[in-house]
Amino acid sequence: MAALNVSVVSADQEVWSGEATMVVARTVEGEIGILPGHEPMLAILAGGEVRVTLPGGEKITANAEDGFLSVHSNAVQVVASRAELA
Amino acid sequence: MGAQLRVYRQKIKTAQTTKKITRAMELISASRIQRAQARVAASTPYSNAITRAVSAVASYSNVAHVLTTEPERVDRAAIVIFTSDRGLAGAFNSQVLREAEELTELLKSQGKSVDYFLVGRKSVGYFSFRRRDYERSWIGGTDSPVFETAKEISDAVLEAFLRDAADGGVDEIHIVYNRMVSRMTQVPVVTRLLPLEVVESDEAPSDKQEVFPLYEFEPDAETVLDGLLPVYIESRIYNAMLQSSAAKHAATQKAMKSASDNADKLITDYTRLANNARQSEITQQISEIVGGADALSSAK
Repeated sequence: MAALNVSVVSADQEVWSGEATMVVARTVEGEIGILPGHEPMLAILAGGEVRVTLPGGEKITANAEDGFLSVHSNAVQVVASRAELA
Repeated sequence: MGAQLRVYRQKIKTAQTTKKITRAMELISASRIQRAQARVAASTPYSNAITRAVSAVASYSNVAHVLTTEPERVDRAAIVIFTSDRGLAGAFNSQVLREAEELTELLKSQGKSVDYFLVGRKSVGYFSFRRRDYERSWIGGTDSPVFETAKEISDAVLEAFLRDAADGGVDEIHIVYNRMVSRMTQVPVVTRLLPLEVVESDEAPSDKQEVFPLYEFEPDAETVLDGLLPVYIESRIYNAMLQSSAAKHAATQKAMKSASDNADKLITDYTRLANNARQSEITQQISEIVGGADALSSAK
């Protein structure tokens, strides 16, 4: 299965980037999980954590504030003015 | 020591002290350029991501948003000018101010009045010396801009943009800043920030305006655009500030290098003159002694 290409970006740097099998984030309408092959999407994030599951099964979490999430052909970008790895 | 020689020696000393200062400033800005460039590079993923997202909303949906639609009449425009806090950077500040003046001329010829938002002590000085009005100014921190300032600027600018034209709101926002092309060249750039000129995607959906490619917006396209555009403006302003600071360091380095070179040249020139003066002093002393001895021997 194709993997997701995830990058977590804050205003002054790229916080994290790499491959993942699943991304779970909280948008203003609720939690959303993204798997490879997800349709193109653009969502506003509610402040909170973004959980990224790596191909090996480990999980990393990042805190994002005032941001949005974009998905386009298996590339996931979490963009926030402030973001950091938890 | 003769008066002439003393004057030359003094001038050499002055040039040497000045050279020490300019050399130090040159080295300092040389080291800061790298850091400033690294910060520009580090903020690039953010602005890229936002630009991509904004153009996705603009080209995959048909929302008419206040920030993207062109108003019919534009009475007032705002210009944000990015200068530095300190001088000693060659044409850095004057070229950006000149560019802003040209833009002002252009806007005024189109019948628009202009409001100014100033960043950096130099632009504030320029305006207050000429007793010209400006809306707001931000002083300090141009050497290493922080995101908070960018947010403050963009909030102020957006507030003016969203205010009604009758209440003194503006309909257009332009930014003028220096962009660093290389260590040797910095060019002033003028960009219209708002209303957005979003570059449309290549394939123009001419006959099927209603059908957009599958793109999901959450909650909906308009809200996404609402949330996205201020962020976009912030990132553009932040980017302009970072670019401007990198360009400032490069301009300072260039200016200080030529100042040090000039000091070197002055030192050489004055050393030659001083040597000349010393030589002629010695010659004069010898001829005085010889003349004196002659006079003494002929008097016997």
